[in-house]
Amino acid sequence: MAIMGLNEDEYFASGHRACAGCAEALAIRHILKAAGKNTIVAHATGCMEVVSTPYPETAWKLPWVHAAFQNVSAVASGVREALNAKGQMDTNVIAFGGDGASFDIGFASLSGALERGHKFLYVATDNEAYMNTGIQRSGATFPYANTTTSPAGKVIHGKENPKKPLPFIVAAHGIEYVASTSVTNLFDLKTKVEKALKVNGPSFIHVMVSCVPGWKIEPSQSIEILRKSIECGIFVPYEIEKGILKLNQPLKERKPVDDYLKSQGRFKHVTPQDIQKIQAYVDERYNFLIENNGKKLFDNLYR
Amino acid sequence: MVAKKVVISGADAIAEAVKMCKPKVLPMYPITPSTLIPEKLSEFVFNGEIDAKMIHVESEHSAASALFGAYAAGVRSFTATASNGLAYMHEMIPIISAARFPAVMAVANRTISGPINIWNDHSDSMSERDQGWIQLYVESSQEAFDTILMAYKLAEKENVSLPVMVCLDGFYLSHVFEPVQLEEQQSVDKFLPDYKPKDYLDVNSPKTFGPIAFPNSFMEFHEQEENAMQEALKEILTINLEFKKQFNRVYGDGLIEEIELADAEYAIVTVGSVTGTARVAVEELRQQGKKVGVIKIKSIRPFPKEELIKATKNLKSIGVIDKHVSLGSDGAVTLDVKSALYGTSVKVEGFIAGLGGRDITVEKIKKVFECLEKGNKGYWLK
Repeated sequence: MAIMGLNEDEYFASGHRACAGCAEALAIRHILKAAGKNTIVAHATGCMEVVSTPYPETAWKLPWVHAAFQNVSAVASGVREALNAKGQMDTNVIAFGGDGASFDIGFASLSGALERGHKFLYVATDNEAYMNTGIQRSGATFPYANTTTSPAGKVIHGKENPKKPLPFIVAAHGIEYVASTSVTNLFDLKTKVEKALKVNGPSFIHVMVSCVPGWKIEPSQSIEILRKSIECGIFVPYEIEKGILKLNQPLKERKPVDDYLKSQGRFKHVTPQDIQKIQAYVDERYNFLIENNGKKLFDNLYR
Repeated sequence: MVAKKVVISGADAIAEAVKMCKPKVLPMYPITPSTLIPEKLSEFVFNGEIDAKMIHVESEHSAASALFGAYAAGVRSFTATASNGLAYMHEMIPIISAARFPAVMAVANRTISGPINIWNDHSDSMSERDQGWIQLYVESSQEAFDTILMAYKLAEKENVSLPVMVCLDGFYLSHVFEPVQLEEQQSVDKFLPDYKPKDYLDVNSPKTFGPIAFPNSFMEFHEQEENAMQEALKEILTINLEFKKQFNRVYGDGLIEEIELADAEYAIVTVGSVTGTARVAVEELRQQGKKVGVIKIKSIRPFPKEELIKATKNLKSIGVIDKHVSLGSDGAVTLDVKSALYGTSVKVEGFIAGLGGRDITVEKIKKVFECLEKGNKGYWLK
């Protein structure tokens, strides 16, 4: 039965090998539902490629291609231009990369593809660490998170640096549509994918996804924890359309970060002093977004 | 285009040939000395002389990746690089061949840093010889032009389905102007039909490309590539003859070329443009009554073992001129030649030469023959 306009067709089949409660698999499933049949997917190396394509099996009911870790934007560029050469301008090309592939190793490839203006949607599924290789810190890892390369040490309490603001860096390329969303609101996700695919050029969606083993949560908590991140302003759904920032659900009342942090094993080591610093960091970022809500922050170069 | 003879650089000869092969997508990143190739192709695209889209990628890694993407989507494509550019592509090189995409890439051979050096040797492409690409080395600009046409035909043979590197010596060929016969488009079309892949990304018939292969299937992927390499050995011979029939030019048997070997006692093995110098040295030595010859190896991968055994069966010893050394071992070609001739009575000596653009002169090659005659060990031709 079609639930409130969600596509009944499945393009990411069940039976893949993702963990129970994997929010990234859920995100992909619903992004593909929004994109529909006339879509080609390019994927960076990461959990999703591993769990979905153990040769000779595949979970993909759409044409799907994977080459390496840092180059999905370049692969998608080649696919896009080849399709155009064959007159298939209306076929969607979606590139998926995790936070490692998008924020770090594939950053140059992404920037190059944005600058060249290919018509494709890049989806960065962000679970805030290199989960596929065993939970190492990435440029997207939240401060103080305990990872295997930023451990909760006696001297250094987890990740030392802020989270790289990738959607803003992407928006600074002057592309028409950038959005940040999560799997807590599938209609928001659907709307944003549909908008992004209408752009005649590059578009970008940042999707916040929890990770059961990486965040040290229960499978049943994977959606709840993302809701909590929104309630305390750590994760903020927004769009940057033609350079104008729009917060999709500004909070009437913002909760402190304590409950969000205490719900996850990756933050269980933080001290009250650490929590104060995290709260200050979140306040600063949230206030920046509120202050700029509705403002034109970037040029729109690719019309 | 009607057939005509022009005086152009080796790089332009490559670009002219690529144009006639009608690729649809051209991912390009400039690096000396291959840069003239993307420059010429850009002129063709921006002047509407070729119906292809340039992808001005931000790195060689992305050039190889976009090449991969274009072939995944089922169109003919091309790129060119050299030196550190090829090294930067390294990760994608075996991924493209394992995907069995019939890509063609020109490599304007230049050494790899360090120290940084822009001049010619073969350390860039020789370092990629184990990665499932066919490697054809050329001696002249005409051979560069012709080999591009043959490379697409070879790569796209269903029993081969492997990518091809066409290697031309940086500067010595890429930047040197020589007369080149450009063929008629109609004849090229006859020689190289349209590219019609069986499998590609198609929304009406979804397939998965680039899955993860566990230990229970990984070896079979490589075994199939090796089988395809053996098929390529045969196809190269056939295509060489087909090319002769169509265009009346021929390069040995396609794999190797025997030069003055009939009565020779000593020979050197050459790869690429140094063959021209060797031809002069042999001509002069023969005037002095020396029984010397040259074996030019065109196909480094697949390596023509049987042809080499046949070509060397009456020789006393051979010297291999290597423009790349596998440090701690031997020259790359020396290793292959020794392996091919293992169990025969032919003595093989390796000579490392021309690294980082050091001249290989006629005199140096004459010294190699002198060394072979005396039965001395091979050495570095400095």
